[in-house]
Amino acid sequence: MSAIARDTDEMLIASRPPPTPQGGVMYWLRTRLFSGPVNSVVSIVTLLLIVRLVWPVIDWALIQADWVGSSRADCTSDGACWVFISTRWSQIVYGFYPLTERWRVDIVLGLFFTLIVWLVMPRLPGKRAAALMALVGLPIIAWVLLLGGMFGLPHVPTRAWGGLMLTLTIAAVGIVGSLPLGVVLALGRRSKMPLVRAICVIFIEFWRGVPLITVLFMSSVMLPLFVPANVEFDKLLRALIGIMLFWSAYMAEVVRSGLQAIDKGQGEAGAALGLGYWLRMRLIILPQALKLVIPGIVNTFIALFKDTSLVLIIGLFDVLSIIQAGLTNSDWLGFAIEGYVFAALVFWVFCFGMSRYSQHLERRLDTGHQH
Amino acid sequence: MSDTQHRPAATGEATPMVTISRLNKWYGDFHVLRDIDLSVARGERIVICGPSGSGKSTLIRCINHLEAHQQGEIVVNGIPMTNDVKRIEQIRRNVGMVFQHFNLFPHLTVLENCCLSPIWVQKKPRREAEKSAMEYLERVRIANQAHKYPGQLSGGQQQRVAIARALCMHPEVMLFDEPTSALDPEMIKEVLDVMIELAHEGMTMLCVTHEMGFARTVADRVIFMDEGQIVESAPPETFFNEPRSSRTREFLGQILGH
Repeated sequence: MSAIARDTDEMLIASRPPPTPQGGVMYWLRTRLFSGPVNSVVSIVTLLLIVRLVWPVIDWALIQADWVGSSRADCTSDGACWVFISTRWSQIVYGFYPLTERWRVDIVLGLFFTLIVWLVMPRLPGKRAAALMALVGLPIIAWVLLLGGMFGLPHVPTRAWGGLMLTLTIAAVGIVGSLPLGVVLALGRRSKMPLVRAICVIFIEFWRGVPLITVLFMSSVMLPLFVPANVEFDKLLRALIGIMLFWSAYMAEVVRSGLQAIDKGQGEAGAALGLGYWLRMRLIILPQALKLVIPGIVNTFIALFKDTSLVLIIGLFDVLSIIQAGLTNSDWLGFAIEGYVFAALVFWVFCFGMSRYSQHLERRLDTGHQH
Repeated sequence: MSDTQHRPAATGEATPMVTISRLNKWYGDFHVLRDIDLSVARGERIVICGPSGSGKSTLIRCINHLEAHQQGEIVVNGIPMTNDVKRIEQIRRNVGMVFQHFNLFPHLTVLENCCLSPIWVQKKPRREAEKSAMEYLERVRIANQAHKYPGQLSGGQQQRVAIARALCMHPEVMLFDEPTSALDPEMIKEVLDVMIELAHEGMTMLCVTHEMGFARTVADRVIFMDEGQIVESAPPETFFNEPRSSRTREFLGQILGH
């Protein structure tokens, strides 16, 4: 249209005023849901279906549910019995951690969530200090406080750890450990040095080819066979190392896909400016590559977070298995649905949080503005 | 310059900026550069032209070791090129390069692009690096865009930033690899103007380009390459008016013919 108008001046169409924006709920409903007989029928049927499916869930979980009480006798209505969760709440969070020492877990969890909020909220200043605190300070504090045995704190063996604190410990160590290791492996796999490349390829392909369950079994059953009997090698520590190595292989491939997407000219420009390999990677290639694969990295983080519950097979009780253990208590038989729904909710909250944050991060780091 | 042993031997005007002798390079079986001999004096402006695949880009990319050669010698500012990483990086600090596709770092602002190497390689304080970078951005007439990202600039503006970025390292010689080939026609002039100014300031330049107007105005010598060899090397007057080789005449006929 415009091309013709440009060619022949006399045929120029007078410009029309822009469409006036129409607002309001009625307008939205009429245009989006009821714009014709067929659409109206489809909309109504869909709405009925949603109400039919969702309403019972809301009714069960919220309206007819029992919230307060101390035993199953308090669950009198037809809905969910959340009393099961509330009475076991402390076990779900702390596992078998000694009652008198739980303040130590509280401090660590408090610090953990504070640092996360600090790092995630763009408005809060001092990100560098927060990151340093999260990567160096928190692990040391958590190590000292949770394990004890020093500064007059009684020792709490890791077999007493459990519940949410254990899940978060495994997830945090796995996430913080696997990303840098994955980056190193990805760089190694693209190295020009044959030996480095071979080691990285073998490492990645080995860990990627083995199920996580096998890794956990091997860490708990096989590893002790190879270390001297008098060496105490903590079961949780072994699981943590196994999980970290396992996920670093996945992470390496995610990061490598990002490295491959960066134009060769970027590295050449860096080289021409006199930057050495490590500076080129750190300042030019990795910032771009990692930004590109944020969705893949977070995807791996989410998978890692959910797979922490596999530690139950080596006798560690994470959130899920501690709830499950509660279900076998003869006082609470028959409340499996409440237990599993709650466990699912806990996992969902953390995973959804990571997902949202990654989307936010992608938008914030976007400097493209191209084309 | 750094404290390493290979200071340029008593930088007399007589020592050439770049000396290339008996240079040979292969890509697998393909012989890209054949027995190249070239000496570039300080302050000399050289334009290299030739058909695509003639090895002209490869030649200048050998000078800062973006491409490794198999035979022959390259000496840049008195420092002989080896495969030693430290030596290569030392040479690269003396050699600025401008690429066909600009290769600006898209995740950094214009100013950060320019300061990256001065801060990390030359270890300058940030303040000083930024001040110096702003001066160079001023010279390429783009200082008002210093805090934008490359993706927000036009091709011509990006290429001028790329020139400023290379100059921030205070190089002794500048390599241009088809700097205007990826630009829209209306942006070529703004980049060439910057290059002409640079030439008038006495910068040693090796420029792969098909901008024959540029060659006529600023070049001390025009080199024609074909099939990996230097076929003709002459001052622009002679090169354009009485080329000796028939291949040069044919090439000039093709690119000046229309």
